[in-house]
Amino acid sequence: MTYGPNVTEVETDILVIGGGTGGPMAAIKAKEKNRGLRVLLLEKANVKRSGAISMGMDGLNNAVVPGYATPEQYVKEITVANDGIVHQAAVMAYAQGSYPMIRYLDQLGVKFEKDGAGEYNMRKVHHLGTYVLPMPEGHNVKKVLYRQLRRLQVQVTNRFMATRLLTAADGRVCGAIAVNTRTSEFLVIRAKSVVLAAGAAGRLGLPASGYLYGTYENPTNCGDGYAMAFHAGAELANLECFQINPLIKDYNGPACAYVTGPLGGYTANNKGQRFIECDYWSGQMMLEFWRELQGGNGPVYLKLDHLAEETISTIETILHSNERPSRGRFHEGRGTNYRQRMVEMHISEIGFCSGHSASGVWVDEHAQTTVPGLLAAGDMASVPHNYMLGAFVNGGIAGETAAAWCAEQPLVGFDPAQVVAEQQRVLAPTLRTDGFTANEMEYKTRRLVNDYLQPPKVTAKMRIGQERLAEVREDLKQLVARDPHELMRALELQSILDCADLAAAASLYRTESRWGLYHMRVDHPHANNADWFCHSMHYKDPNGGIAHRKRPVDPYVVPVADHEMGAYHELRIPVAAE
Amino acid sequence: MPLVSHATSVPVTVDEDKCIAEKGCTVCVDVCPLDVLAIHPDRKKAYMQYDECWYCMPCEVDCPTGAVKVEIPYLLR
Repeated sequence: MTYGPNVTEVETDILVIGGGTGGPMAAIKAKEKNRGLRVLLLEKANVKRSGAISMGMDGLNNAVVPGYATPEQYVKEITVANDGIVHQAAVMAYAQGSYPMIRYLDQLGVKFEKDGAGEYNMRKVHHLGTYVLPMPEGHNVKKVLYRQLRRLQVQVTNRFMATRLLTAADGRVCGAIAVNTRTSEFLVIRAKSVVLAAGAAGRLGLPASGYLYGTYENPTNCGDGYAMAFHAGAELANLECFQINPLIKDYNGPACAYVTGPLGGYTANNKGQRFIECDYWSGQMMLEFWRELQGGNGPVYLKLDHLAEETISTIETILHSNERPSRGRFHEGRGTNYRQRMVEMHISEIGFCSGHSASGVWVDEHAQTTVPGLLAAGDMASVPHNYMLGAFVNGGIAGETAAAWCAEQPLVGFDPAQVVAEQQRVLAPTLRTDGFTANEMEYKTRRLVNDYLQPPKVTAKMRIGQERLAEVREDLKQLVARDPHELMRALELQSILDCADLAAAASLYRTESRWGLYHMRVDHPHANNADWFCHSMHYKDPNGGIAHRKRPVDPYVVPVADHEMGAYHELRIPVAAE
Repeated sequence: MPLVSHATSVPVTVDEDKCIAEKGCTVCVDVCPLDVLAIHPDRKKAYMQYDECWYCMPCEVDCPTGAVKVEIPYLLR
């Protein structure tokens, strides 16, 4: 089948979209299950340095290590931290896979902190249990993954951005269309199974600095996976449970309480006092953070200046050489020395990310979405609070599920009209010589997200936001891209706009407040378990709009008593009488 | 509407005396997640073509000659 010039068609068994964290592990585990499978790993950037862990990671935030925690304890903690709205079977699958994955990564050469006896040096940061394993030398993670991909002969294709999934007449996924970010050549990939691992929607709100790329997430992770899943007919879960993080102001990197907390650092108000018992990121913790900012006790700071010199040196080494190594330069420029003054923090812009909250494409305990043959993992899949280790474990599960699917299912065909229509959509901005640039349309979209969609969520404001976003969508008819690089940004803008529309619609659908600040609805200020103790599912209706439904929470595999469920609502430290 | 270009500062600097792009090296261009670096067609040296930087540093860390320096973008400083 040919579609015209500049289109190449390839065939594979498993297509993995996204070469960051979960994607490579999906490819690796599929190959380990069946070395005969053809596995193609597609990456918008370069697998060597792509994704959220581009430069490495300074710790595992959710390690379930025997002797410190059981999978049951972890499932309970995550259930409580998410106000009960979790698919426990998927959290349990993660928890059970956590320790074997740590051992696997350790064998591949990823370095974790160990004590003198060679045991993992676990630390407590969560409200209830002990789940943090430091990685002071965690800068080699991507190199280790890349070596393993090579060893297993996974086919890696860099600088191709997937734009839409291909679906067969019966609704199953059967491949994807991608465009080269430097030449605009098209690639049509036919596959039996597709694993989506395209990361968070981290370019949704506009950072307070005004810099489009000054985001917490790697800005390549702009919601392409959410948009592709939506357009392929998948259901997306609990998107209104936004990601909002406590970060270093302006730098927008993690502060990072997971690293400093076990060494004595903590989040403080402008009096240098603690106001939260637990720095683990949750909606309830963010609500207390926001209240402190609003209540006149802000700014909020990361406090380290009371620590001993050797402790501060250790913290500096870890924080300035792993996940975000430019951080030292930022502090230098501001004249901020951890020894002398507290580090100003701020609340981040909103995004979607199950890595830290719970907003993702719905997946079950086998990483299956609601589209047959389509799997998802990592920040964009709905397993809550799954962090880097969750991307590895759930990516591995997705790879194994995909391999099993391939053993039973044939390669199916699709209507080539899908390819032709997608080529026209993709290339439309290249046919214009004047109009609006992706850059300015992105700025406007994200500014509108800040103005109208970020919590506290007000119904009247969100409705205005929807009207303004609809106007931006209308302006897509004038979107201009003058070269392949600008075309990549133009396509990303369209993912961002899809996510903004989903953020508004999802937030309006759930008429209650839940998850602390993440879904704080001023017009519906209380949780309403009678009507809303359920997942909210958001999907594409036949007219291209956004439809919603409720999905009951499956019976728990780990029971949680009523009196335990409120643990994360008691994070604020009472102020002593003066 | 018609388009215009306007000047902006970029946070990545390349020391052209150290850069060996003319010998075929493209490491910094290859590893940049946002694809904002390029080899200049006339000078045959790496440079930052787009102001779309995450100040993440693979370009600097992976450069074999230490030619690349990442600063914090001005708006964030």
